[in-house]
Amino acid sequence: MSDHDKIYSTKLQDKVERSTVLMFVMTAIAVAIGGIVEIVPLFYLPNTAMSGGDGTFNGTAHKDGKGNIVSMDKIVWNPATSAHKTLEDWQPGDGVRPYKPLELAGRNIYIREGCFLCHSQMIRPFRDEKDRYGHYSIAEESMYDHTYQWGSKRTGPDLARVGGKYSDEWHRRHLKYPREVVPESVMPNYFFLDSGKVNVEETVKTMQVMTIMPFNPVPKTIYTDAYIDGAKTQLDGKTEMDALVAYLQSMGNHIKFEEGVNYRD
Amino acid sequence: METTQATPVKYDMEVVRWFTIAAAIYAVVGTLIGVYIASELAWPFLNFDSPYISFGRLRPLHTNAVIFAFGGCVLFATGYYMVQRTGATRLWSNGLAWFTFWGWNLIIVLAVITLPLGMTSGKEYAELEWPIDILIAIVWLAFGLNHIMTVAIRKTTHIYVSNWFTMGMIIMITYLHVVNSLAIPVSLTNSFSIYSGVQDAMIQWWWGHNAVGFYLTAGFLGIMYYFVPKQAGRPVFSYRLSVLHFWALTFGYVWLGAHHLQYTALPDWTGSLGAAISLAMIIPSWGGAMNGMMTLSGAWDKLRTDYILRFLVVSLAFYAMSTFEGPVMSIKTVNALSHYTDWTVGHVHSGALGWMAMVSFGAMYHMVKKLWNTEMYSDSLVNVHFWLATIGTVVYVVAMWVSGIMQGLMWRDYDEYGTLTYTFVESVSAMHPYYAMRAIGGMIFNLGAWICLYNVVMTVRQASAARSIDAVPAKA
Repeated sequence: MSDHDKIYSTKLQDKVERSTVLMFVMTAIAVAIGGIVEIVPLFYLPNTAMSGGDGTFNGTAHKDGKGNIVSMDKIVWNPATSAHKTLEDWQPGDGVRPYKPLELAGRNIYIREGCFLCHSQMIRPFRDEKDRYGHYSIAEESMYDHTYQWGSKRTGPDLARVGGKYSDEWHRRHLKYPREVVPESVMPNYFFLDSGKVNVEETVKTMQVMTIMPFNPVPKTIYTDAYIDGAKTQLDGKTEMDALVAYLQSMGNHIKFEEGVNYRD
Repeated sequence: METTQATPVKYDMEVVRWFTIAAAIYAVVGTLIGVYIASELAWPFLNFDSPYISFGRLRPLHTNAVIFAFGGCVLFATGYYMVQRTGATRLWSNGLAWFTFWGWNLIIVLAVITLPLGMTSGKEYAELEWPIDILIAIVWLAFGLNHIMTVAIRKTTHIYVSNWFTMGMIIMITYLHVVNSLAIPVSLTNSFSIYSGVQDAMIQWWWGHNAVGFYLTAGFLGIMYYFVPKQAGRPVFSYRLSVLHFWALTFGYVWLGAHHLQYTALPDWTGSLGAAISLAMIIPSWGGAMNGMMTLSGAWDKLRTDYILRFLVVSLAFYAMSTFEGPVMSIKTVNALSHYTDWTVGHVHSGALGWMAMVSFGAMYHMVKKLWNTEMYSDSLVNVHFWLATIGTVVYVVAMWVSGIMQGLMWRDYDEYGTLTYTFVESVSAMHPYYAMRAIGGMIFNLGAWICLYNVVMTVRQASAARSIDAVPAKA
């Protein structure tokens, strides 16, 4: 028996090692399993903020202290059942809503400048995070965030609930020259946002794209054709600074959280 | 075209030479950008009020430069080198290999242009916009096809273990890149992920952790399984261990991404599952590290004189260290402290600098000597590089351990009245000395990369000069 014919492991392993096709197929199967098991269920299970387009949220049922199911309409804004029918009428606490045109433009700038590399948007259910940032984040709050911005690093503080915490004027001063407001900050100066104009065309296109997403699109009942058409006038003449501040101010106050409800269960 | 004296087989090695030199250049560039952005965090005036070099835009350029430019060129160079030598055959297509060389470098140039302009998909470690993503897919598939076809036409009976790992990397990175990059464009330079929130997060970290697990680990383990035995002049310690290592790693590593999402809005089971498998992965990872280390048994004395071997051995020590640290950080209670802090950054760099870059440098020096059929221009400079790389990594990692754990503790600290002891910005200013220390660690590492580049260039020049002298009597 020559050295090449001797089997040093098992028959199967030896067979695989001798065949390019077998090696390829076996490896292709082995590496696929973990991802399938972890990813696919997230499109079907409750508590993953998948609306499936019909607003059922795959049977998500958050319960209050008495065991009564909290209606999903209280968590995700539904113009059909809400007292406030349009994005302009929407009030904080009405539930998670898609972004208004200026906010969407601001979010684009947030992504462009790589803000997520230093600021997270995901509050964990710990006492200190509740005291520092507010109620823990829940899945529904980022359901319209195509290209999620949770981040993985807090060189700066979490921004998931920054909306309404500071005045617009504070944000403007801070974004322009952070160290004028917070001397110890290491954030870059974003004064140039003041002179940049919002890209109207791209923002309108972004709104259209959000309505055709295969997963969690913005309902056409909210981004109606008329609303998208009207976006141009809303965006006209706005600076990038206006947009980014509008985005920051929109974050984290959509849901009215109640005591005793486990929003992740 | 070269003819190696040791074997009658003609190999296609010119493309490997070019990838090797490109890797030496990108090692300098990638770590230099890293030093710069590290310095920006320590001394923010370095952003110089320019959007193009602000931290948020340069940081993706740094990660892309080290992972895809430096790491990528190392993987292409070693991939083509190993698959030919272990199969005793030329490449299936030399032309396709050159296509991958120019294609990959075009991608890198496009990254250098687009990222500072703020053209980003906003996904960590997958920032490049959709037209470049398509280009990456094309070049990657060309590499995969060429590699697998070369394995298929090998003259040996068995496929060598290094090629299993490279093949695993090629398949997994194809899955990851395609699934994670799916997006709807709004323009040539802007697009949005088709997934949102929870699903996008899981898919992103499935990609993020497996870019580490397959691109930066499986690919580089392939390098380890070829270059450690070659440089030590001894066979791999245990063939059976390598079989276990491979299958456990290919099956197991893909589950780990979820541990990046502990305590987030994902269902709890996902993170727990990711953490459980992470802990289990210590066994194959350490098995592999031991397998590499023990290959040296009986040849340990070589470490005294063989500086290239030093790179390879220390890289395995860092591999073992990082693959222990990672699972520990994935445990929920530890993750509660470590997540969002510099500890993660330190962990990444103990892997990227200590393991990936070190094993790359070892392999590069080994290949340079073989490819140009010469000795290194200066062995002592290899030694200097080795020490700079080791010290730089240690300084970097220690700085991040201290700052990371300090951040985590400051954020959760309560005073006697039950209120938070520190404001957020107090934790920022407390980081300053460690950010400075990290920048210095990076500088030390970067200096080593410069020395490597100098040494490689001088070696190549020396070899070319020797060859042209040899050529004279040959003509006569």
